[in-house]
Amino acid sequence: MMADALLSLSGVHTHIGPYHILQGVDLKVPEGGVTVLLGRNGAGKTTTLRTIMGLWTASKGDIRFDDHVITRLATPEISRRGIALVPEDMGIFTDLTVAENMILAAASGPMDAKRLSWIKELFPPIGTFWNSSAGTLSGGQKQMLSVARAIIEPRRLILIDEPTKGLAPAIIKAMTDALRELKETDTTILLVEQNFAMASSIGDTVAVMDDGRIIHSGSMKELAGNAALQEKLMGLSLEAHQ
Amino acid sequence: MSEAAIKPRIEKIPLKEQIFQKLPVFLVPMLALAGLIAIGNPSSWLTLTVAGLAMGMMIFIMASGLTVVFGLMDVINFGHGAFVAVGAFVGFTVLAWLAGWTASPSVMLNLAAVLIAILAAMLITGLLGLAFERVIVMPVYGEHLKQILVTMGGLIVAQQMIYVVWGPDELHISRPQALQGSFVIGEAAIEKYRLVAVAIGLVLFVAMRHILKKTKIGLLVRAGVENGEMVEALGYRIRRLFLIVFMTGSALAGLGGVMWGLYQETITAHMGSEIMVLVFIVVIIGGLGSVEGCFIGAMLVGLLANYTAFLAPKVALISTIALMVVILMWRPQGLYPVVKAK
Ligand SMILES: Nc1ncnc2c1ncn2[C@@H]1O[C@H](COP(=O)(O)OP(=O)(O)OP(=O)(O)O)[C@@H](O)[C@H]1O
Ligand SMILES: [Mg+2]
Repeated sequence: MMADALLSLSGVHTHIGPYHILQGVDLKVPEGGVTVLLGRNGAGKTTTLRTIMGLWTASKGDIRFDDHVITRLATPEISRRGIALVPEDMGIFTDLTVAENMILAAASGPMDAKRLSWIKELFPPIGTFWNSSAGTLSGGQKQMLSVARAIIEPRRLILIDEPTKGLAPAIIKAMTDALRELKETDTTILLVEQNFAMASSIGDTVAVMDDGRIIHSGSMKELAGNAALQEKLMGLSLEAHQ
Repeated sequence: MSEAAIKPRIEKIPLKEQIFQKLPVFLVPMLALAGLIAIGNPSSWLTLTVAGLAMGMMIFIMASGLTVVFGLMDVINFGHGAFVAVGAFVGFTVLAWLAGWTASPSVMLNLAAVLIAILAAMLITGLLGLAFERVIVMPVYGEHLKQILVTMGGLIVAQQMIYVVWGPDELHISRPQALQGSFVIGEAAIEKYRLVAVAIGLVLFVAMRHILKKTKIGLLVRAGVENGEMVEALGYRIRRLFLIVFMTGSALAGLGGVMWGLYQETITAHMGSEIMVLVFIVVIIGGLGSVEGCFIGAMLVGLLANYTAFLAPKVALISTIALMVVILMWRPQGLYPVVKAK
Protein backbone atom coordinates (compact mmCIF):
# COMPACT_ATOMS: atom_id res chain seq x y z
CA MET A 1 0.00 0.00 0.00
CA MET A 2 2.88 2.31 0.87
CA ALA A 3 4.77 1.36 -2.26
CA ASP A 4 2.31 2.56 -4.85
CA ALA A 5 1.95 6.06 -3.40
CA LEU A 6 3.76 8.51 -5.67
CA LEU A 7 3.48 11.23 -3.05
CA SER A 8 2.95 10.81 0.63
CA LEU A 9 2.74 13.28 3.45
CA SER A 10 3.08 12.01 6.98
CA GLY A 11 2.44 14.16 10.00
CA VAL A 12 3.13 17.40 8.13
CA HIS A 13 2.90 20.61 10.12
CA THR A 14 3.22 24.03 8.52
CA HIS A 15 3.53 27.34 10.31
CA ILE A 16 2.99 30.63 8.53
CA GLY A 17 4.53 33.28 10.73
CA PRO A 18 2.93 32.76 14.15
CA TYR A 19 0.02 30.70 12.78
CA HIS A 20 -0.02 26.93 13.01
CA ILE A 21 -1.90 26.08 9.79
CA LEU A 22 -1.26 22.43 8.94
CA GLN A 23 -1.52 20.31 12.08
CA GLY A 24 -0.32 16.89 11.06
CA VAL A 25 -1.45 16.15 7.52
CA ASP A 26 -1.33 12.51 6.40
CA LEU A 27 -2.03 12.13 2.72
CA LYS A 28 -1.24 9.54 0.08
CA VAL A 29 -1.48 10.22 -3.62
CA PRO A 30 -1.37 6.95 -5.59
CA GLU A 31 0.52 6.90 -8.86
CA GLY A 32 -1.71 7.54 -11.90
CA GLY A 33 -5.20 8.92 -11.64
CA VAL A 34 -6.70 11.86 -9.85
CA THR A 35 -6.74 12.44 -6.14
CA VAL A 36 -9.17 15.13 -5.07
CA LEU A 37 -8.59 17.20 -1.96
CA LEU A 38 -11.82 18.57 -0.55
CA GLY A 39 -12.59 20.74 2.42
CA ARG A 40 -14.30 23.94 3.40
CA ASN A 41 -12.77 27.37 2.98
CA GLY A 42 -9.75 27.85 5.17
CA ALA A 43 -9.31 24.12 5.77
CA GLY A 44 -5.70 24.26 4.58
CA LYS A 45 -5.92 22.87 1.03
CA THR A 46 -3.89 25.63 -0.59
CA THR A 47 -1.38 25.51 2.25
CA THR A 48 -0.99 21.77 1.68
CA LEU A 49 -0.21 22.24 -2.02
CA ARG A 50 2.18 25.10 -1.29
CA THR A 51 3.95 23.01 1.33
CA ILE A 52 4.39 20.14 -1.13
CA MET A 53 5.83 22.61 -3.65
CA GLY A 54 8.23 24.01 -1.06
CA LEU A 55 6.71 27.48 -1.11
CA TRP A 56 6.13 26.99 2.59
CA THR A 57 8.49 24.71 4.46
CA ALA A 58 6.99 22.10 6.73
CA SER A 59 8.06 22.60 10.35
CA LYS A 60 7.50 18.92 11.17
CA GLY A 61 6.78 15.72 9.32
CA ASP A 62 7.88 14.20 6.04
CA ILE A 63 6.95 14.62 2.42
CA ARG A 64 8.07 11.78 0.17
CA PHE A 65 7.91 11.87 -3.59
CA ASP A 66 8.90 8.84 -5.60
CA ASP A 67 10.54 7.37 -2.46
CA HIS A 68 12.73 10.42 -1.86
CA VAL A 69 12.24 12.85 0.98
CA ILE A 70 11.57 16.30 -0.49
CA THR A 71 10.43 18.05 2.66
CA ARG A 72 13.23 20.57 2.79
CA LEU A 73 14.15 20.89 -0.85
CA ALA A 74 13.95 24.31 -2.48
CA THR A 75 11.03 24.93 -4.81
CA PRO A 76 13.08 24.83 -8.05
CA GLU A 77 14.50 21.43 -7.03
CA ILE A 78 11.03 20.09 -6.35
CA SER A 79 9.92 21.37 -9.74
CA ARG A 80 12.86 19.67 -11.43
CA ARG A 81 11.83 16.35 -9.94
CA GLY A 82 8.65 16.52 -11.95
CA ILE A 83 6.07 18.31 -9.82
CA ALA A 84 4.19 21.27 -11.27
CA LEU A 85 1.83 23.67 -9.54
CA VAL A 86 -1.21 25.47 -10.91
CA PRO A 87 -1.70 27.94 -8.07
CA GLU A 88 -4.98 29.25 -6.80
CA ASP A 89 -4.27 32.73 -8.21
CA MET A 90 -3.02 31.14 -11.45
CA GLY A 91 0.35 32.93 -11.24
CA ILE A 92 0.20 34.24 -14.81
CA PHE A 93 2.96 36.65 -15.84
CA THR A 94 0.66 39.38 -17.11
CA ASP A 95 3.48 41.54 -18.39
CA LEU A 96 4.51 38.75 -20.79
CA THR A 97 2.73 37.30 -23.79
CA VAL A 98 1.03 33.90 -23.79
CA ALA A 99 3.94 32.58 -25.86
CA GLU A 100 6.50 33.95 -23.41
CA ASN A 101 4.64 32.41 -20.48
CA MET A 102 4.86 29.07 -22.25
CA ILE A 103 8.52 29.50 -23.17
CA LEU A 104 9.42 30.05 -19.52
CA ALA A 105 7.31 27.10 -18.46
CA ALA A 106 9.42 24.84 -20.65
CA ALA A 107 12.31 25.14 -18.23
CA SER A 108 14.51 22.38 -19.54
CA GLY A 109 14.74 23.55 -23.13
CA PRO A 110 12.78 24.52 -26.21
CA MET A 111 9.13 23.53 -26.31
CA ASP A 112 8.26 20.19 -27.82
CA ALA A 113 6.21 21.00 -30.95
CA LYS A 114 4.02 17.92 -30.68
CA ARG A 115 3.20 18.54 -27.08
CA LEU A 116 2.45 22.16 -27.83
CA SER A 117 -0.02 21.31 -30.57
CA TRP A 118 -1.68 18.83 -28.23
CA ILE A 119 -2.02 21.61 -25.67
CA LYS A 120 -3.44 23.96 -28.27
CA GLU A 121 -6.05 21.30 -29.03
CA LEU A 122 -6.89 20.95 -25.35
CA PHE A 123 -7.06 24.69 -24.88
CA PRO A 124 -7.70 26.48 -28.20
CA PRO A 125 -7.34 29.99 -26.70
CA ILE A 126 -3.64 29.29 -26.16
CA GLY A 127 -3.21 29.21 -29.92
CA THR A 128 -5.64 32.02 -30.64
CA PHE A 129 -3.96 34.44 -28.27
CA TRP A 130 -0.42 33.13 -28.70
CA ASN A 131 1.10 36.57 -29.20
CA SER A 132 -1.26 38.55 -26.96
CA SER A 133 -0.30 39.93 -23.61
CA ALA A 134 -1.34 37.39 -20.99
CA GLY A 135 -2.70 40.22 -18.86
CA THR A 136 -5.51 40.79 -21.36
CA LEU A 137 -6.84 37.20 -21.18
CA SER A 138 -10.17 36.50 -19.49
CA GLY A 139 -10.24 34.60 -16.21
CA GLY A 140 -11.02 31.28 -17.88
CA GLN A 141 -8.32 31.77 -20.49
CA LYS A 142 -5.80 32.59 -17.78
CA GLN A 143 -6.76 29.38 -16.00
CA MET A 144 -6.18 27.42 -19.20
CA LEU A 145 -2.82 29.10 -19.65
CA SER A 146 -1.89 28.22 -16.10
CA VAL A 147 -2.67 24.54 -16.66
CA ALA A 148 -1.00 24.64 -20.08
CA ARG A 149 2.21 25.93 -18.49
CA ALA A 150 2.17 23.11 -16.00
CA ILE A 151 1.97 20.44 -18.70
CA ILE A 152 4.18 21.82 -21.47
CA GLU A 153 6.84 19.45 -20.20
CA PRO A 154 6.01 15.91 -19.11
CA ARG A 155 5.43 15.86 -15.36
CA ARG A 156 5.01 13.10 -12.84
CA LEU A 157 2.61 15.02 -10.61
CA ILE A 158 0.51 18.11 -11.12
CA LEU A 159 -0.92 20.06 -8.20
CA ILE A 160 -3.97 22.01 -9.31
CA ASP A 161 -5.65 24.47 -6.97
CA GLU A 162 -9.31 25.12 -7.78
CA PRO A 163 -9.14 25.33 -11.56
CA THR A 164 -12.86 25.97 -11.89
CA LYS A 165 -13.15 28.80 -9.40
CA GLY A 166 -15.35 31.54 -10.83
CA LEU A 167 -15.69 29.93 -14.25
CA ALA A 168 -18.82 29.52 -16.38
CA PRO A 169 -20.24 25.97 -16.69
CA ALA A 170 -19.09 25.57 -20.31
CA ILE A 171 -15.54 26.36 -19.37
CA ILE A 172 -15.70 24.10 -16.34
CA LYS A 173 -16.67 21.28 -18.68
CA ALA A 174 -13.80 22.13 -21.03
CA MET A 175 -11.38 22.15 -18.12
CA THR A 176 -12.72 18.83 -16.84
CA ASP A 177 -12.35 17.27 -20.29
CA ALA A 178 -8.78 18.51 -20.49
CA LEU A 179 -7.90 17.09 -17.08
CA ARG A 180 -9.49 13.79 -18.02
CA GLU A 181 -7.35 13.66 -21.13
CA LEU A 182 -4.28 14.58 -19.11
CA LYS A 183 -5.05 11.68 -16.81
CA GLU A 184 -4.79 9.35 -19.80
CA THR A 185 -1.16 10.38 -20.26
CA ASP A 186 0.14 8.81 -17.04
CA THR A 187 0.21 12.09 -15.21
CA THR A 188 -0.83 11.93 -11.58
CA ILE A 189 -3.03 14.80 -10.50
CA LEU A 190 -3.69 16.18 -7.04
CA LEU A 191 -6.71 18.38 -7.48
CA VAL A 192 -8.19 20.83 -5.00
CA GLU A 193 -11.79 21.32 -5.99
CA GLN A 194 -14.88 22.73 -4.29
CA ASN A 195 -17.25 21.76 -7.11
CA PHE A 196 -18.25 18.29 -5.95
CA ALA A 197 -19.98 17.38 -9.22
CA MET A 198 -16.78 18.05 -11.09
CA ALA A 199 -14.63 16.45 -8.43
CA SER A 200 -16.62 13.25 -8.30
CA SER A 201 -16.76 12.93 -12.07
CA ILE A 202 -13.00 12.94 -12.39
CA GLY A 203 -11.58 11.80 -9.07
CA ASP A 204 -10.36 8.29 -8.29
CA THR A 205 -9.41 8.82 -4.69
CA VAL A 206 -10.41 11.56 -2.34
CA ALA A 207 -9.19 13.17 0.84
CA VAL A 208 -11.17 15.61 2.93
CA MET A 209 -9.48 18.25 5.07
CA ASP A 210 -10.63 20.26 7.99
CA ASP A 211 -8.73 22.52 10.36
CA GLY A 212 -5.36 21.58 8.97
CA ARG A 213 -5.86 17.82 9.10
CA ILE A 214 -7.10 15.10 6.79
CA ILE A 215 -10.35 13.85 8.28
CA HIS A 216 -11.24 11.25 5.68
CA SER A 217 -9.61 9.48 2.81
CA GLY A 218 -10.77 6.72 0.51
CA SER A 219 -12.08 6.05 -2.94
CA MET A 220 -14.17 8.64 -4.71
CA LYS A 221 -16.75 6.04 -5.66
CA GLU A 222 -17.40 5.27 -2.05
CA LEU A 223 -17.86 8.91 -1.08
CA ALA A 224 -19.94 9.81 -4.14
CA GLY A 225 -22.31 6.94 -3.41
CA ASN A 226 -22.70 7.68 0.26
CA ALA A 227 -24.81 10.78 0.82
CA ALA A 228 -24.72 10.38 4.58
CA LEU A 229 -20.92 10.38 4.59
CA GLN A 230 -20.85 13.45 2.37
CA GLU A 231 -23.23 15.14 4.73
CA LYS A 232 -21.10 14.23 7.71
CA LEU A 233 -17.80 15.30 6.18
CA MET A 234 -18.71 18.45 4.39
CA GLY A 235 -22.40 19.08 4.70
CA LEU A 236 -21.99 22.77 5.13
CA SER A 237 -19.42 23.26 2.42
CA LEU A 238 -21.45 21.34 -0.15
CA GLU A 239 -24.49 23.49 0.41
CA ALA A 240 -22.45 26.60 0.25
CA HIS A 241 -20.80 25.72 -3.00
CA GLN A 242 -23.55 24.31 -5.18
CA MET B 1 -14.00 21.00 -26.06
CA SER B 2 -17.21 22.81 -26.91
CA GLU B 3 -17.10 25.76 -29.27
CA ALA B 4 -19.06 28.00 -26.96
CA ALA B 5 -16.42 27.64 -24.31
CA ILE B 6 -13.64 29.05 -26.37
CA LYS B 7 -15.22 31.96 -28.17
CA PRO B 8 -12.28 34.33 -28.52
CA ARG B 9 -12.81 37.19 -26.17
CA ILE B 10 -10.10 39.60 -25.43
CA GLU B 11 -10.42 42.92 -23.76
CA LYS B 12 -9.38 45.80 -25.94
CA ILE B 13 -7.56 48.50 -24.07
CA PRO B 14 -9.44 51.74 -24.73
CA LEU B 15 -7.59 54.30 -26.83
CA LYS B 16 -7.69 56.85 -24.03
CA GLU B 17 -5.91 54.44 -21.73
CA GLN B 18 -3.35 53.55 -24.37
CA ILE B 19 -2.44 57.20 -24.78
CA PHE B 20 -2.29 57.58 -21.02
CA GLN B 21 0.15 54.69 -20.84
CA LYS B 22 2.37 56.18 -23.51
CA LEU B 23 2.23 59.68 -22.06
CA PRO B 24 5.52 59.60 -20.15
CA VAL B 25 7.41 59.14 -23.42
CA PHE B 26 6.35 62.60 -24.51
CA LEU B 27 7.54 64.24 -21.31
CA VAL B 28 11.14 64.44 -22.53
CA PRO B 29 10.42 66.34 -25.79
CA MET B 30 7.89 68.45 -23.91
CA LEU B 31 10.48 69.43 -21.35
CA ALA B 32 13.02 70.13 -24.10
CA LEU B 33 10.49 72.36 -25.85
CA ALA B 34 9.67 74.19 -22.65
CA GLY B 35 13.41 74.67 -22.18
CA LEU B 36 13.72 76.17 -25.65
CA ILE B 37 10.93 78.65 -24.95
CA ALA B 38 12.35 79.61 -21.59
CA ILE B 39 15.94 79.93 -22.76
CA GLY B 40 15.17 81.64 -26.05
CA ASN B 41 18.60 81.36 -27.61
CA PRO B 42 18.69 78.15 -29.74
CA SER B 43 22.43 77.60 -29.54
CA SER B 44 22.56 77.89 -25.74
CA TRP B 45 19.57 75.59 -25.68
CA LEU B 46 21.31 73.02 -27.88
CA THR B 47 24.42 73.06 -25.71
CA LEU B 48 22.36 72.68 -22.54
CA THR B 49 20.17 69.98 -24.02
CA VAL B 50 23.13 67.84 -25.04
CA ALA B 51 24.66 68.42 -21.62
CA GLY B 52 21.39 67.43 -20.00
CA LEU B 53 20.98 64.29 -22.06
CA ALA B 54 24.59 63.28 -21.35
CA MET B 55 24.07 63.74 -17.65
CA GLY B 56 20.78 61.86 -17.90
CA MET B 57 22.42 58.94 -19.69
CA MET B 58 25.11 58.64 -17.03
CA ILE B 59 22.51 58.69 -14.27
CA PHE B 60 20.50 56.12 -16.18
CA ILE B 61 23.49 53.82 -16.41
CA MET B 62 24.03 54.05 -12.67
CA ALA B 63 20.32 53.76 -11.81
CA SER B 64 19.26 50.94 -14.13
CA GLY B 65 20.84 48.20 -12.06
CA LEU B 66 19.40 49.57 -8.85
CA THR B 67 15.86 49.65 -10.17
CA VAL B 68 15.95 46.07 -11.46
CA VAL B 69 17.45 44.85 -8.19
CA PHE B 70 14.59 46.48 -6.33
CA GLY B 71 11.96 45.18 -8.74
CA LEU B 72 13.19 41.62 -8.69
CA MET B 73 13.92 41.01 -5.04
CA ASP B 74 12.47 44.00 -3.26
CA VAL B 75 15.96 44.83 -2.05
CA ILE B 76 16.74 48.43 -1.18
CA ASN B 77 20.45 48.90 -1.74
CA PHE B 78 21.79 52.11 -0.26
CA GLY B 79 25.28 50.83 -0.96
CA HIS B 80 24.91 51.13 -4.72
CA GLY B 81 26.94 54.35 -4.68
CA ALA B 82 29.97 52.40 -3.53
CA PHE B 83 30.17 50.73 -6.94
CA VAL B 84 30.07 54.13 -8.62
CA ALA B 85 32.99 55.39 -6.58
CA VAL B 86 35.04 52.20 -6.79
CA GLY B 87 34.44 52.05 -10.55
CA ALA B 88 35.69 55.61 -10.94
CA PHE B 89 38.83 54.96 -8.90
CA VAL B 90 39.66 51.76 -10.72
CA GLY B 91 39.06 53.45 -14.07
CA PHE B 92 41.23 56.42 -13.16
CA THR B 93 44.01 54.15 -11.96
CA VAL B 94 44.01 52.26 -15.23
CA LEU B 95 43.98 55.50 -17.20
CA ALA B 96 46.93 56.75 -15.16
CA TRP B 97 48.85 53.56 -16.00
CA LEU B 98 48.00 54.09 -19.65
CA ALA B 99 49.01 57.76 -19.58
CA GLY B 100 51.13 57.20 -22.66
CA TRP B 101 48.07 56.08 -24.59
CA THR B 102 45.74 58.81 -23.35
CA ALA B 103 48.24 61.55 -24.18
CA SER B 104 48.94 60.14 -27.61
CA PRO B 105 47.42 61.93 -30.60
CA SER B 106 46.14 58.59 -31.87
CA VAL B 107 42.37 58.41 -31.46
CA MET B 108 42.52 54.62 -31.46
CA LEU B 109 44.97 54.51 -28.57
CA ASN B 110 42.88 57.06 -26.65
CA LEU B 111 39.73 55.05 -27.06
CA ALA B 112 41.52 51.78 -26.33
CA ALA B 113 42.73 53.22 -23.03
CA VAL B 114 39.22 54.33 -22.07
CA LEU B 115 37.80 50.98 -23.08
CA ILE B 116 40.33 49.08 -20.99
CA ALA B 117 39.64 51.39 -18.04
CA ILE B 118 35.92 50.78 -18.39
CA LEU B 119 36.30 47.02 -18.65
CA ALA B 120 38.58 46.91 -15.62
CA ALA B 121 36.16 49.05 -13.62
CA MET B 122 33.20 46.89 -14.60
CA LEU B 123 35.05 43.69 -13.80
CA ILE B 124 36.09 44.88 -10.35
CA THR B 125 32.70 46.36 -9.47
CA GLY B 126 30.94 43.26 -10.80
CA LEU B 127 33.04 41.09 -8.48
CA LEU B 128 32.53 43.54 -5.66
CA GLY B 129 28.80 43.17 -6.35
CA LEU B 130 29.16 39.41 -5.98
CA ALA B 131 30.77 39.79 -2.57
CA PHE B 132 28.33 42.51 -1.53
CA GLU B 133 25.32 40.36 -2.41
CA ARG B 134 26.62 37.24 -0.69
CA VAL B 135 27.94 38.88 2.47
CA ILE B 136 25.74 41.92 3.01
CA VAL B 137 22.46 41.57 1.14
CA MET B 138 21.71 37.86 1.32
CA PRO B 139 21.32 37.64 5.10
CA VAL B 140 18.68 40.38 5.11
CA TYR B 141 16.30 39.35 2.33
CA GLY B 142 12.79 40.56 2.98
CA GLU B 143 13.71 42.91 5.79
CA HIS B 144 13.72 46.48 4.53
CA LEU B 145 14.88 48.23 7.66
CA LYS B 146 17.86 45.91 8.04
CA GLN B 147 18.63 46.28 4.33
CA ILE B 148 18.83 50.03 4.65
CA LEU B 149 21.10 49.88 7.69
CA VAL B 150 23.31 47.10 6.44
CA THR B 151 23.78 48.41 2.89
CA MET B 152 24.56 51.86 4.26
CA GLY B 153 27.16 50.21 6.44
CA GLY B 154 28.54 48.54 3.33
CA LEU B 155 28.79 51.93 1.65
CA ILE B 156 30.78 53.35 4.54
CA VAL B 157 33.12 50.38 4.56
CA ALA B 158 33.65 50.75 0.80
CA GLN B 159 34.45 54.44 1.18
CA GLN B 160 36.97 53.68 3.89
CA MET B 161 38.52 51.04 1.66
CA ILE B 162 38.95 53.67 -1.03
CA TYR B 163 40.80 55.86 1.51
CA VAL B 164 43.02 52.92 2.36
CA VAL B 165 43.85 52.02 -1.23
CA TRP B 166 43.93 55.43 -2.91
CA GLY B 167 44.43 57.81 -0.02
CA PRO B 168 42.16 60.54 1.27
CA ASP B 169 42.68 63.08 -1.52
CA GLU B 170 40.59 63.57 -4.59
CA LEU B 171 42.04 62.38 -7.89
CA HIS B 172 42.31 64.45 -11.04
CA ILE B 173 42.79 63.23 -14.53
CA SER B 174 42.26 64.87 -17.88
CA ARG B 175 40.25 63.21 -20.55
CA PRO B 176 42.20 61.68 -23.40
CA GLN B 177 42.93 63.98 -26.31
CA ALA B 178 40.22 62.54 -28.49
CA LEU B 179 37.54 63.24 -25.89
CA GLN B 180 38.55 66.83 -25.22
CA GLY B 181 37.16 69.89 -26.93
CA SER B 182 33.91 70.53 -28.67
CA PHE B 183 32.19 70.42 -31.98
CA VAL B 184 30.92 73.82 -33.00
CA ILE B 185 27.60 73.83 -34.79
CA GLY B 186 26.58 77.39 -35.63
CA GLU B 187 27.03 79.21 -32.37
CA ALA B 188 26.52 76.14 -30.24
CA ALA B 189 29.50 74.35 -28.75
CA ILE B 190 28.87 70.70 -28.04
CA GLU B 191 31.47 68.87 -26.02
CA LYS B 192 32.63 65.71 -27.76
CA TYR B 193 32.63 63.76 -24.53
CA ARG B 194 28.96 64.50 -23.95
CA LEU B 195 28.09 63.09 -27.35
CA VAL B 196 30.05 59.97 -26.50
CA ALA B 197 28.19 59.66 -23.22
CA VAL B 198 24.85 60.02 -25.00
CA ALA B 199 25.86 57.36 -27.52
CA ILE B 200 26.99 54.88 -24.84
CA GLY B 201 23.81 55.48 -22.86
CA LEU B 202 21.58 54.95 -25.88
CA VAL B 203 23.37 51.76 -26.91
CA LEU B 204 23.04 50.41 -23.37
CA PHE B 205 19.37 51.28 -23.16
CA VAL B 206 18.61 49.59 -26.48
CA ALA B 207 20.66 46.54 -25.51
CA MET B 208 18.98 46.32 -22.13
CA ARG B 209 15.53 46.55 -23.67
CA HIS B 210 16.46 43.88 -26.15
CA ILE B 211 17.68 41.57 -23.42
CA LEU B 212 14.59 42.14 -21.30
CA LYS B 213 12.17 41.62 -24.17
CA LYS B 214 13.82 39.00 -26.35
CA THR B 215 16.02 36.72 -24.28
CA LYS B 216 14.99 34.02 -21.87
CA ILE B 217 16.97 35.53 -19.05
CA GLY B 218 15.29 38.88 -19.69
CA LEU B 219 11.87 37.24 -19.67
CA LEU B 220 12.78 35.56 -16.39
CA VAL B 221 13.75 38.89 -14.87
CA ARG B 222 10.45 40.45 -15.93
CA ALA B 223 8.49 37.42 -14.77
CA GLY B 224 10.42 37.45 -11.49
CA VAL B 225 9.61 41.11 -10.90
CA GLU B 226 5.92 40.24 -11.15
CA ASN B 227 5.84 36.89 -9.35
CA GLY B 228 9.07 35.40 -8.07
CA GLU B 229 7.39 32.40 -6.44
CA MET B 230 5.93 31.29 -9.75
CA VAL B 231 9.32 31.58 -11.43
CA GLU B 232 10.68 29.23 -8.78
CA ALA B 233 7.75 26.86 -9.15
CA LEU B 234 8.62 26.60 -12.84
CA GLY B 235 12.04 25.32 -11.84
CA TYR B 236 14.31 28.37 -11.93
CA ARG B 237 16.57 29.37 -9.07
CA ILE B 238 15.60 32.97 -8.61
CA ARG B 239 18.42 33.66 -6.15
CA ARG B 240 20.93 32.85 -8.86
CA LEU B 241 19.08 35.05 -11.32
CA PHE B 242 19.11 37.81 -8.77
CA LEU B 243 22.83 37.41 -8.22
CA ILE B 244 23.44 37.82 -11.97
CA VAL B 245 21.26 40.92 -12.01
CA PHE B 246 22.97 42.32 -8.93
CA MET B 247 26.43 41.82 -10.42
CA THR B 248 25.36 43.34 -13.72
CA GLY B 249 23.84 46.31 -11.93
CA SER B 250 27.04 46.77 -9.93
CA ALA B 251 29.16 46.61 -13.06
CA LEU B 252 26.92 49.19 -14.73
CA ALA B 253 27.30 51.44 -11.69
CA GLY B 254 31.06 51.04 -12.10
CA LEU B 255 30.76 52.04 -15.75
CA GLY B 256 28.69 55.04 -14.72
CA GLY B 257 31.38 55.93 -12.19
CA VAL B 258 34.13 55.97 -14.82
CA MET B 259 31.98 58.01 -17.18
CA TRP B 260 30.98 60.47 -14.47
CA GLY B 261 34.59 60.76 -13.36
CA LEU B 262 35.78 61.51 -16.88
CA TYR B 263 33.01 64.05 -17.18
CA GLN B 264 34.02 65.86 -13.99
CA GLU B 265 37.72 65.02 -14.36
CA THR B 266 37.82 64.83 -10.56
CA ILE B 267 36.76 62.02 -8.28
CA THR B 268 36.40 61.62 -4.53
CA ALA B 269 35.63 58.70 -2.27
CA HIS B 270 32.19 60.11 -1.50
CA MET B 271 31.21 60.89 -5.07
CA GLY B 272 29.02 57.80 -5.03
CA SER B 273 26.88 58.89 -2.12
CA GLU B 274 26.53 62.37 -3.61
CA ILE B 275 25.27 61.16 -6.94
CA MET B 276 23.04 58.56 -5.33
CA VAL B 277 20.58 61.29 -4.40
CA LEU B 278 19.92 61.88 -8.10
CA VAL B 279 19.94 58.15 -8.80
CA PHE B 280 17.29 57.46 -6.15
CA ILE B 281 15.14 60.31 -7.42
CA VAL B 282 15.32 58.82 -10.91
CA VAL B 283 14.46 55.32 -9.70
CA ILE B 284 11.46 56.65 -7.78
CA ILE B 285 10.25 58.85 -10.65
CA GLY B 286 10.50 55.95 -13.08
CA GLY B 287 8.48 53.53 -10.97
CA LEU B 288 10.57 51.20 -8.81
CA GLY B 289 11.59 48.29 -11.01
CA SER B 290 10.95 49.80 -14.44
CA VAL B 291 13.88 50.22 -16.81
CA GLU B 292 11.90 52.35 -19.28
CA GLY B 293 10.63 54.60 -16.51
CA CYS B 294 14.16 54.88 -15.15
CA PHE B 295 15.42 55.97 -18.58
CA ILE B 296 12.78 58.66 -19.01
CA GLY B 297 13.21 59.81 -15.43
CA ALA B 298 16.96 60.14 -15.94
CA MET B 299 16.51 62.23 -19.10
CA LEU B 300 14.05 64.51 -17.30
CA VAL B 301 16.38 64.99 -14.35
CA GLY B 302 19.39 65.63 -16.59
CA LEU B 303 17.62 68.19 -18.77
CA LEU B 304 15.93 69.97 -15.91
CA ALA B 305 19.15 70.22 -13.91
CA ASN B 306 20.97 71.83 -16.84
CA TYR B 307 18.17 74.18 -17.83
CA THR B 308 17.64 75.45 -14.32
CA ALA B 309 21.37 75.77 -13.70
CA PHE B 310 21.41 78.17 -16.65
CA LEU B 311 18.15 79.99 -16.00
CA ALA B 312 18.09 80.18 -12.23
CA PRO B 313 21.19 78.69 -10.61
CA LYS B 314 19.76 79.22 -7.14
CA VAL B 315 16.84 76.83 -7.65
CA ALA B 316 18.87 74.23 -9.54
CA LEU B 317 19.33 72.20 -6.39
CA ILE B 318 15.69 71.86 -5.57
CA SER B 319 14.44 71.54 -9.14
CA THR B 320 14.92 67.77 -9.32
CA ILE B 321 13.17 67.27 -6.02
CA ALA B 322 10.33 69.47 -7.25
CA LEU B 323 10.18 67.34 -10.39
CA MET B 324 9.85 64.21 -8.27
CA VAL B 325 7.08 65.73 -6.21
CA VAL B 326 5.13 66.82 -9.29
CA ILE B 327 5.47 63.44 -10.99
CA LEU B 328 4.48 61.53 -7.87
CA MET B 329 1.42 63.75 -7.48
CA TRP B 330 0.48 62.83 -11.04
CA ARG B 331 1.42 59.16 -10.79
CA PRO B 332 2.01 58.06 -7.21
CA GLN B 333 3.69 54.82 -8.34
CA GLY B 334 6.05 56.57 -10.74
CA LEU B 335 5.91 56.87 -14.53
CA TYR B 336 5.69 53.15 -15.23
CA PRO B 337 4.32 51.32 -12.21
CA VAL B 338 5.50 47.73 -12.10
CA VAL B 339 2.91 44.95 -11.81
CA LYS B 340 3.38 42.90 -8.66
CA ALA B 341 1.48 39.74 -7.87
CA LYS B 342 1.77 40.33 -4.13
N1 LIG C 1 -0.06 33.94 4.17
C1 LIG C 1 -0.85 33.59 5.22
N2 LIG C 1 -0.69 34.21 6.39
C2 LIG C 1 -1.48 33.88 7.45
N3 LIG C 1 -2.44 32.95 7.41
C3 LIG C 1 -2.65 32.31 6.26
C4 LIG C 1 -1.87 32.60 5.11
N4 LIG C 1 -2.29 31.81 4.10
C5 LIG C 1 -3.28 31.07 4.62
N5 LIG C 1 -3.50 31.37 5.91
C6 LIG C 1 -4.51 30.76 6.78
O1 LIG C 1 -4.38 29.37 6.72
C7 LIG C 1 -5.62 28.73 6.75
C8 LIG C 1 -5.73 27.78 5.58
O2 LIG C 1 -5.68 28.54 4.38
P1 LIG C 1 -5.71 27.87 2.96
O3 LIG C 1 -5.55 28.96 1.97
O4 LIG C 1 -4.75 26.76 2.92
O5 LIG C 1 -7.19 27.30 2.91
P2 LIG C 1 -7.97 26.65 1.72
O6 LIG C 1 -8.44 25.34 2.20
O7 LIG C 1 -7.16 26.68 0.49
O8 LIG C 1 -9.21 27.63 1.59
P3 LIG C 1 -10.02 28.13 0.30
O9 LIG C 1 -11.00 27.07 -0.01
O10 LIG C 1 -10.70 29.36 0.79
O11 LIG C 1 -9.03 28.38 -0.77
C9 LIG C 1 -6.66 29.83 6.73
O12 LIG C 1 -7.13 29.99 8.04
C10 LIG C 1 -5.91 31.05 6.31
O13 LIG C 1 -6.43 32.19 6.92
MG1 LIG D 1 -7.31 27.61 -1.28
